[in-house]
Amino acid sequence: MNVLEVTDLTKKFGGLYANTNINMSIKKNSITAVIGPNGAGKTTFFNMITAVYKPTSGDILLNGKSLVGLKPHQVTKFGIARTFQNIRLFHDLTVLDNVLVGMHHHLKSNWVGALFQMPRTRHAEDNAKKEAYQLLEYVGLADLLNESAGNLSYGAQRRLEIARAIAAKPKVLLLDEPAAGMNPKETKKLTDLIHDMRSKLDITIVLIEHDMKLVMEISDYIYVLDHGEEIASGKPDDIRNNPRVIEAYLGKGAVANG
Amino acid sequence: MRKLVDLFSQNKKAQLLLFIVYVAVTSLSLILAQQSVVAFLLLLFSILLLYFLKLNTKAKWIIGLLIVAVLIPFSASQGQAYESYMDVATLVGIYCAMALGLNIVVGFAGLLDLGFIAFFAVGAYTYGIFASAQASKFLHFGHFPLSGESFWIFILIGGIVAAIFGILLGIPVLRVKGDYLAIVTLGFGEIIRIIFNNLDHPINITNGSMGIASIAPPKIFGIVIANASQFYYVALAILLVVIYIVTRLEHSKIGRAWKAIRDNEIAGQAMGIPLVKTKLTAFAIGASFSGMMGVVFAAKQTYVDATSFTLLESTTVLVMVLLGGMGSVPGVILGAAVVTILNLQVLTEVSNWLNQLNTNGVISVPDALSPAKMQRFIFGLLLILFALYRPKGLIPAKNQKYDANKLKKSTTKSMYVEPQVSNDKKASGGSEI
Repeated sequence: MNVLEVTDLTKKFGGLYANTNINMSIKKNSITAVIGPNGAGKTTFFNMITAVYKPTSGDILLNGKSLVGLKPHQVTKFGIARTFQNIRLFHDLTVLDNVLVGMHHHLKSNWVGALFQMPRTRHAEDNAKKEAYQLLEYVGLADLLNESAGNLSYGAQRRLEIARAIAAKPKVLLLDEPAAGMNPKETKKLTDLIHDMRSKLDITIVLIEHDMKLVMEISDYIYVLDHGEEIASGKPDDIRNNPRVIEAYLGKGAVANG
Repeated sequence: MRKLVDLFSQNKKAQLLLFIVYVAVTSLSLILAQQSVVAFLLLLFSILLLYFLKLNTKAKWIIGLLIVAVLIPFSASQGQAYESYMDVATLVGIYCAMALGLNIVVGFAGLLDLGFIAFFAVGAYTYGIFASAQASKFLHFGHFPLSGESFWIFILIGGIVAAIFGILLGIPVLRVKGDYLAIVTLGFGEIIRIIFNNLDHPINITNGSMGIASIAPPKIFGIVIANASQFYYVALAILLVVIYIVTRLEHSKIGRAWKAIRDNEIAGQAMGIPLVKTKLTAFAIGASFSGMMGVVFAAKQTYVDATSFTLLESTTVLVMVLLGGMGSVPGVILGAAVVTILNLQVLTEVSNWLNQLNTNGVISVPDALSPAKMQRFIFGLLLILFALYRPKGLIPAKNQKYDANKLKKSTTKSMYVEPQVSNDKKASGGSEI
């Protein structure tokens, strides 16, 4: 069953086509990679799904419901959470508070309840904090719960972003270059985490990544973008040997010589 | 010596004892030497000392309340200067509440507002118009001025009207950020002031530049509240409510949402925070505190006109927030107190003292250089010094610390189990995938 369905998605910035007629069907509980050279339009694609950009044309369906025209926070409520290529944490908030913010849309607490310390609100807040702590344990940041997010190491910041995104209880999780800047050991840990999220938390994962080893190892299905167009799609083995993909990455001569 | 200091910072009893001695000495000296501004200021300073004592929060609140509600008014009440001391203390309360309101907008939500005094004006005019004969000039029903008893309701109404103006300001400025936001809010503040200054025709609502005079003083159980020493308690009560609201909201869902959009708007939205609603609540709640104190201000002065709400006033409130520490509730209270006292007490006292020296012929300082006239210069200097040496303010904002042990004791079983290293997974039979 397809959880996320993208049809003919196009984004034009002035005269430039950043994405042209992208079609994707993403199966429930799968791991899908979107790859392509720099400037291929991968992040633009993510930004359209999360409503940061409004598509010029085309449709995005999550479980059959269109997401086009919604506000970013509504998309999150529908069940799509994401991380960012250039980490966007709430720097001055503590690690635990960052995760709590991720729970914003499903946390049953309002300002009236907060003002008068109503039992229901307190209960919801207490539970949220416990759950946030469990999430931090899950990604291995529990010891740093009171640290400011801005003070974390790079790898820890990436993991915190993932924890914050899972806190929103998404059906689909979009990871924008989750392994960028990580050393091999951290990448290994990340691979395990992604596998685990899919199997235990029942989350469908779509990721953009340049680390080909990671992509080939982890993905069920791969889409390749170049110059805003979808040039190939298929299982990792098909992509590895696809001449158009090799051409896009290495240039025209590479296919003939290689 | 160092050991002694360490020992002292650990010992609660010694701290408390020394604190009591300090309070006793300062209040006694205030009682005995009534003209002594220094004793008055030192007594106020005890609140700050209290904040840094190692006591539990409840004890601090009780002691603090005793000092501000009983000790300060009592010690100051023994002489001529009583009302002027209480006037300063009342204004400190008013400015504290306003600065706390601005702190929500600037400190928590990160929206730079340079026209904040407009909401204060809205509150002041709301009460001023209806508690004087002014309302009968454009309303042809009802009896105006309303009696002093209506004051208590008007505190609420003033807050609500200011909140509505806050939303009105918020809607158009949501699209702009940073410097542009600052300019638009500055314009808004000026527009409100100029409108109030000119709204005597075609319909006479604000009485224009003449201002609204003889505003009814508040009344409760037949007692007319007319003195600064009485208004002090009104301002104090509202301030306590404001502090309660701010601290509660800060550590709630909405408080986290404010700080989240301050730190990163795009990520905040992506985490499910509705941007428009969150920003508008910040504007509305911040403005309502200012509006409530505007009502108190109008009742206390019994006169309002547009000259009390200039850009300088807006920047003064902003200076309080910056000086105290953006986003820090105790810091902002301290900032408001320091700036107000500097303005009303220290600068004027120093000017008076210089004047005396002048008349006695000891030294001659030209009138243009009198400290009371150098307010802007001194604020500017303070801001530069703080930006350079203490950019996070007098008491920097601190995040709430969570107790890991408490969070571990979970009644529900975790749905998140720490991921295993993949080698183990294979060994255990590979239930994955």
